[in-house]
Amino acid sequence: MTSLPKEPPAKRLGLVIDLDTCVGCQACVVNCKEWNTGGYPAPLSDLDPYGAAPRGAWLNRVHAFEVEPKEGATQVVHFPKSCLHCEDALCVTVCPTGASYKRQADGIVLVDEDRCMGCGLCAWACPYGAREMDPGVGVMKKCTLCIDRIYNQALPEEERQPACVRTCPASARHFGDLADPQSDVSKLVAERDGMALMPELGYRPTNRYLPPRPRRDGRGADKTKALEPAEPEGGFLSWLDRLLTD
Amino acid sequence: MPDGAAPDRPIALSRPPSDEIKTSTCYMCACRCGIRVHLRNGELRYIEGNPDHPVNRGVLCAKGSAGIMNQLSPAKLRKPLKRVGPRGSGDFVEIEWEEALTIAAERLAKIRAEDPRKLAFFTGRDQSQALTGWWASQFGTPNHAAHGGFCSVNMAAAGLYTIGGAFWEFGEPDWEQTKLFLLFGVAEDHDSNPIKIGLARLKERGAKIVSINPVRSGYSAIADEWIGITPGNDGLFVMSLCRELLRAGKVDIDFLAKFSNAPHLVIDAKGTAEHGLIARDQDGRALVWDRAKETAVPFPGDNGLPAMKGRFTLPDGREVVPAFELVARRLDEEAYAPEAVAARCGIAPETIRRLAAELAEAAFDDAPVRDESWEDAWGRQHDKVIGRPVTAHGMRGISAHANGFQTCRAIHILQLLLGAVDRPGAWRYKPPFPRPTPPGQKPTGKPHQVVPGQPLPGPPLGFVTGPEDLLLDAEGKPQRIDKAYSWEAPIAAHGLMHMVITNAWKGDPYPIDTLFFYMANMAWNSSMNTGGMLSMLTDKDPVSGEYKIPFIIYADAFASETVSYADLVLPDTTYLERWDCISLLDRPICDAHAAADAIRQPILTPDRDVRPFQTALLDLGARLGLPGMTNDDGTPRYPGGYADYIVNHERKPGVGPLAGFRGADGKGRGRGAVNPRQLEAYIENGCFWRNEIPEEAQHHRFANQAYLDWATDMGFIETPAPILLQLYSEVQQRFRLAAEGHGKIQPPADLRGRIAKAFDPLPCWYPPLEDETNDDTAYPLRGITQRPMAMYHSWHSQNAWLRQIHAANRLYIPRAVAEAQDIADDDWVWAVSRHGRIKAQVRVMHALNDKTVWTWNAIGKRAGAWGLDPGAPEATRGFLLNHLIDELLPEQGGYRFSNSDPVTGQAAWYDLRLKVVKMSPEEAQDAARPLEPTLSPLPGMSAGPSRLLFKGGKEEAS
Amino acid sequence: MHPATSVIAFTSLSGAGYGLLFLIGLGSLLQFSWADSRWVMGVGLFVALALVSIGLLASTQHLRRPERAWRALSQWRSSWLSREGVLALLTFVPAGLLFLTVPLLDGSGWFSLLCALLSLVGAAATVFATAMIYRSLKPIRQWHHPKVVPVYLLLGLGTGACLLTVVLSFHGGVSTMALVGAVVLLAAWAVKWLYWQEIDRDEASASMETATGLGAIGKVRLLEPPHTEENYLLSEMGFRIARKHASKLRHLALGLAAAAVVLLLLTAIVGSGWGAMLIGWAAALLSLGSAALERWLFFAEATHTVTLYYGKAA
Ligand SMILES: Nc1nc2c(c(=O)[nH]1)N[C@H]1C(S)=C(S)[C@@H](COP(=O)(O)OP(=O)(O)OC[C@H]3O[C@@H](n4cnc5c(=O)[nH]c(N)nc54)[C@H](O)[C@@H]3O)O[C@H]1N2
Ligand SMILES: Nc1nc2c(c(=O)[nH]1)N[C@H]1C(S)=C(S)[C@@H](COP(=O)(O)OP(=O)(O)OC[C@H]3O[C@@H](n4cnc5c(=O)[nH]c(N)nc54)[C@H](O)[C@@H]3O)O[C@H]1N2
Ligand code: SF4
Ligand code: SF4
Ligand code: SF4
Ligand code: SF4
Ligand code: SF4
Ligand SMILES: [Mo]
Repeated sequence: MTSLPKEPPAKRLGLVIDLDTCVGCQACVVNCKEWNTGGYPAPLSDLDPYGAAPRGAWLNRVHAFEVEPKEGATQVVHFPKSCLHCEDALCVTVCPTGASYKRQADGIVLVDEDRCMGCGLCAWACPYGAREMDPGVGVMKKCTLCIDRIYNQALPEEERQPACVRTCPASARHFGDLADPQSDVSKLVAERDGMALMPELGYRPTNRYLPPRPRRDGRGADKTKALEPAEPEGGFLSWLDRLLTD
Repeated sequence: MPDGAAPDRPIALSRPPSDEIKTSTCYMCACRCGIRVHLRNGELRYIEGNPDHPVNRGVLCAKGSAGIMNQLSPAKLRKPLKRVGPRGSGDFVEIEWEEALTIAAERLAKIRAEDPRKLAFFTGRDQSQALTGWWASQFGTPNHAAHGGFCSVNMAAAGLYTIGGAFWEFGEPDWEQTKLFLLFGVAEDHDSNPIKIGLARLKERGAKIVSINPVRSGYSAIADEWIGITPGNDGLFVMSLCRELLRAGKVDIDFLAKFSNAPHLVIDAKGTAEHGLIARDQDGRALVWDRAKETAVPFPGDNGLPAMKGRFTLPDGREVVPAFELVARRLDEEAYAPEAVAARCGIAPETIRRLAAELAEAAFDDAPVRDESWEDAWGRQHDKVIGRPVTAHGMRGISAHANGFQTCRAIHILQLLLGAVDRPGAWRYKPPFPRPTPPGQKPTGKPHQVVPGQPLPGPPLGFVTGPEDLLLDAEGKPQRIDKAYSWEAPIAAHGLMHMVITNAWKGDPYPIDTLFFYMANMAWNSSMNTGGMLSMLTDKDPVSGEYKIPFIIYADAFASETVSYADLVLPDTTYLERWDCISLLDRPICDAHAAADAIRQPILTPDRDVRPFQTALLDLGARLGLPGMTNDDGTPRYPGGYADYIVNHERKPGVGPLAGFRGADGKGRGRGAVNPRQLEAYIENGCFWRNEIPEEAQHHRFANQAYLDWATDMGFIETPAPILLQLYSEVQQRFRLAAEGHGKIQPPADLRGRIAKAFDPLPCWYPPLEDETNDDTAYPLRGITQRPMAMYHSWHSQNAWLRQIHAANRLYIPRAVAEAQDIADDDWVWAVSRHGRIKAQVRVMHALNDKTVWTWNAIGKRAGAWGLDPGAPEATRGFLLNHLIDELLPEQGGYRFSNSDPVTGQAAWYDLRLKVVKMSPEEAQDAARPLEPTLSPLPGMSAGPSRLLFKGGKEEAS
Repeated sequence: MHPATSVIAFTSLSGAGYGLLFLIGLGSLLQFSWADSRWVMGVGLFVALALVSIGLLASTQHLRRPERAWRALSQWRSSWLSREGVLALLTFVPAGLLFLTVPLLDGSGWFSLLCALLSLVGAAATVFATAMIYRSLKPIRQWHHPKVVPVYLLLGLGTGACLLTVVLSFHGGVSTMALVGAVVLLAAWAVKWLYWQEIDRDEASASMETATGLGAIGKVRLLEPPHTEENYLLSEMGFRIARKHASKLRHLALGLAAAAVVLLLLTAIVGSGWGAMLIGWAAALLSLGSAALERWLFFAEATHTVTLYYGKAA
């Protein structure tokens, strides 16, 4: 099973993350933890939760980077990162036990925790740091794309979305089928030049990132015409007379 | 053996996530989002945003998503505590509620019988101020306020006195139509989720977001343009923008003439008691100059627009000038030219000019116009609704400075000049605003109003309109323990909570007996000079051996630092265990389109001997026989506790804590008889109520007759009278006149200069008071804090999930400083202010104003507090900037003023000046983080588990 | 990468064990004189099997769920770790039988020869599989490198040869084996030396700019990590060793290896006898030591692309 699907999966479900609107609020991070600690990968354990070295398993983490352009002020970009559900998912093929697998139906990469022996090799094989060993139960955890939400018949249609997507206050996270060029996510990617991370490694990630839009600090295209003094010679507030008479 | 081609493994995909869903209102912060709480096998399973809720529309922030861990926190208080050891030792015994309430009642009864002022009752980030304020006035003490004074009273006061609403939570941008959005000094704000939802909407619509902020993080990070201003100088920047607009004639004269006091004739009679006041006719109606008749007529006048400039002589010979001209002349001064302000603000002159041009373009070129007739409160018919799609919003970056009131007023003046108030695309009021400028309610607590055994004639807090409203005793000394409404802080509409401990300790203006705190961590992150506060709280009178502050009662839900300094601890429930109401009498959940309020319902039953504070407070009130809380036969008026009060209390006939589902039939809205099934009705409706404002009443609300009628009917305003926008501030001038020696109530000599400078009827800017005594060489840097989006003040260090995100804070320093002193990421430095020094670990930041350092607020914790291991990073690596902020300014003429805005008393947190000094590695090794010894654990509290395997009630897979 | 003792012990010990097994198999196939010696075959095979077993046990040490280790045999189609496990177990069969046959029949019987052949192949294949586990990990450029496999094979063989030299101390062929060992070790360390040159020279293909996709805007640096405290990813893959420290250890390893080679040559000269045995022992220990050190560096110097997201170069 840890061989990848023979045919490319019919669907390629994944996330499109908008770096132009992500404010780094961490809502997706905590809501992901909250949903999943009681969901498919339950539990997402925490060690020393009230002590000197708290650490736990999280499926989604938000970094913050500074980017220094050639000209103009340094920018700050908040950067959420979870499993990108790669097409050439080495994390799957290296798994010796068959715990890790990529679904034929939708390309979701999952860990079958009952088979996991906690060797950690798949985490080594993931260039993106999307897999975390659970410190409490010693099996590998990763983003499930909320598989127990997106197909969950017990949830109303509109709620069949990943927890992180639903909770994001800045609408910076989008979920859908990236194999279907007509899907909203595919359109977003097309419009906004969605990027794949570290393409040079050849994992062919499914998730895409929408780059920050160019900043509008007067350097760019949209120029406004400068203000002109209103009747400078006419003395203080002379323009008022014109305004008030007509 | 499994194989790649094999079908996908079976997974139980359609397990119901939970057995039960209950709605309520989140309280992981004060944003009041709607939540749906999932329970499974009796355990909390999942908390999600309520998609139907007007505030958050289904989204939930990091804090809200961590509510489960608050409920699991080992730091939850378990039982009432009575101090037995020395204060601060944490030496308590657990006592029964009956004993606790008896102790409190006996003590307070004595105070009330002798001198009610000796009770100081102050509350923090609570949402029960309608109850607590009422309780205080029933008790009869003027010494009550909530956190507003150290929070953003500058914002609230400047707004309420100028436009009858305010930023903060009293208004919001028109996210759907605005084209240009100026965000001043906001990292997070109270409307946490709504602002994020709104910013995303602006991005989607391609509107431009400009963030004016020394730090480019969070909202500023996604802003289209970042203006990295040097703290304390926004007033200059804004006035410079105004100047450019005025010079180009890009001003909405029609709007100003019709809806503001811009045309009002201001008396020019230097040296007289009426100089700078508005000329009025015998009926007290403000006069304007009718240009056709060439005579003064009562506002608004009837043919065309009145004069906006010029100098006129009234029949009685007095010289008058339209307010607009005075404002314009002030703004036209060279001091506000882009070149003149550039250096101080750290903003290039051409940037200021460009922004002014962009403002003009967005506001006036193709502004949205609707053909829709409406009538204003002066009976004038308008056939169009004209939009002004530019919006400003600001918060503590503006207000937490000693010049914050005037700076915030300057922003409102910019809005007024552009005509961008409550019009399509502009900043818009949330009900119950607009209110009169200022609202009619005056503070009570004048000497004759404080009578032993009697309630105050009104609420302690209100809005003064002149020196005669101040709360002063015969000698003109402050009447309140926090010196609110005294000459030190005349317009202290929210009190000065940050000064209570200091003044109580000094016995200045008078000694008090009992300090009663609720939900405010005053022994740590909510005080300036934290170290000093701790010694004042524990300081004893050498003669009597008694504590200088004799008795401290504190109501908290968690083992905060302050708990250890209380004599009596009243343990509260968590937000998932009690009734609450988010009331229109307090800070409701309204939006620009609707009036709304909400409740919390108990979802879990406490596993500890704790009580909802509001219920305990009502019980205490009944034991004290406070009128509103007892029946004539002396029995408690609300035996059913807070829920009983929420349903049955009436502030005015028909007006209660909840505006929805009133009346026997539950159909009443706003005003209406008590509905015994009101809470059920709320629960059925998702724990909130929302009432759309009629479409035609959703713009120009300060003067829109349709709105004013609706608001009066709802009980928001007394009469449907127009609310006049105050371009010119006569109230300010009244205080200035007093400082210039006019009127019968005048400030003491040593305060006159200060008042004359800070009170100005015209837009003005003066340097933060801290700068007066600090030369830029000693402490070249400015020190500020920001709200972390994933933490609420001190609340969440006990939260196992949130603390993993912020277990320790860094001091962010600009690249220039780092290079100059060769400081690198992770190095340790001393942050040094005139008040003290503190150890901090550095992170270098490029997208930061080069005169500014900052850190996340309230991450640093006292070792031993919050149910954390004393070795927790919060205590070992985290730090609190508060240790460096003095609550008093350096001595001036033998007196030390509070570190506050001289107008409102707003705490000037962000005026802090400091320098950083690199530590040697050795020093970094042994230099301990402050100073205070480890707090000992409270009785009955056990250390948390060493690991969490939380499954939200999921049963083991068999 | 975090140098876990268990893995280091496993790879270096089992490497030597398989090297030894390979040589014994070769010896009996080619009918070397010592292949008839029950003592040599017995002791040799015992040592080989012992080392291999210790190594395998050690390797289960870093499993969080060792009780599920058996499942690791299932994915030989795709997983080199699984293949290694399968091959290791398979190799036990011929090697074990060969060991059992020692007392009974003589080494030249067809059955023993078959076992010898299978052991030889199995040993080589197992070490190859072990090397491929690392070689195939793209996120770690120091592992995803053509010289990784040869080094594993040669070092295994070299250290194996040292051990065999000792076993042969009182038989013929000491010198030959010592020479073989010396040559193989020289080869191994030569390749390793080249490997070091190359990883020092090679540019990482991934950078913070490609990891974040923000390179188009400008230079990227970390402002804030996602959580303030250490996490699994960092403790597992964030390990960093100072260049200076590393090069010290490299030289130490080379020194030990060189010493081993010299001692081997000395053994070759001394020929059989107690002297040979003692020097052989010393050589064996030194070569094992240098191999272990090499393995430690192999981890310590390896950088993972995940650290790009935490502001460290990969
Ligand atoms: N340096 C610096 N200092 C600042 C600020 C700053 O920006 N910089 N900001 C200032 C501002 S604006 C404010 S509003 C204050 C913080 O305002 P405060 O309201 O004082 O916030 P905290 O002190 O963090 O929290 C008060 C207490 O509320 C308790 N609490 C939480 N939930 C409950 C509950 O359900 N019931 C009860 N009874 N108690 C509960 C918490 O345990 C905590 O001890 O901080 C001020 N201090
Ligand atoms: N997550 C979270 N949300 C909260 C809170 C919390 O603790 N956590 N606290 C709540 C409370 S009580 C309050 S009062 C609000 C406060 O909400 P905010 O006003 O957003 O609070 P601050 O974090 O103090 O934001 C101040 C911002 O102003 C900037 N600033 C400082 N000085 C200046 C200046 O002189 N000029 C300008 N232009 N900017 C300046 C700072 O860099 C910072 O970004 O947040 C509320 N919401
Ligand atoms: S919730 Fe949305 S905005 Fe917040 S960090 Fe996640 S992606 Fe960014
Ligand atoms: S992101 Fe990492 S874990 Fe996810 S599929 Fe790609 S390689 Fe595997
Ligand atoms: S840790 Fe578990 S999932 Fe990952 S490779 Fe090992 S067995 Fe497979
Ligand atoms: S999709 Fe689900 S599992 Fe993946 S990051 Fe989002 S919330 Fe977490
Ligand atoms: S902003 Fe977050 S914490 Fe505050 S009420 Fe809303 S969900 Fe709760
Ligand atoms: Mo606040």
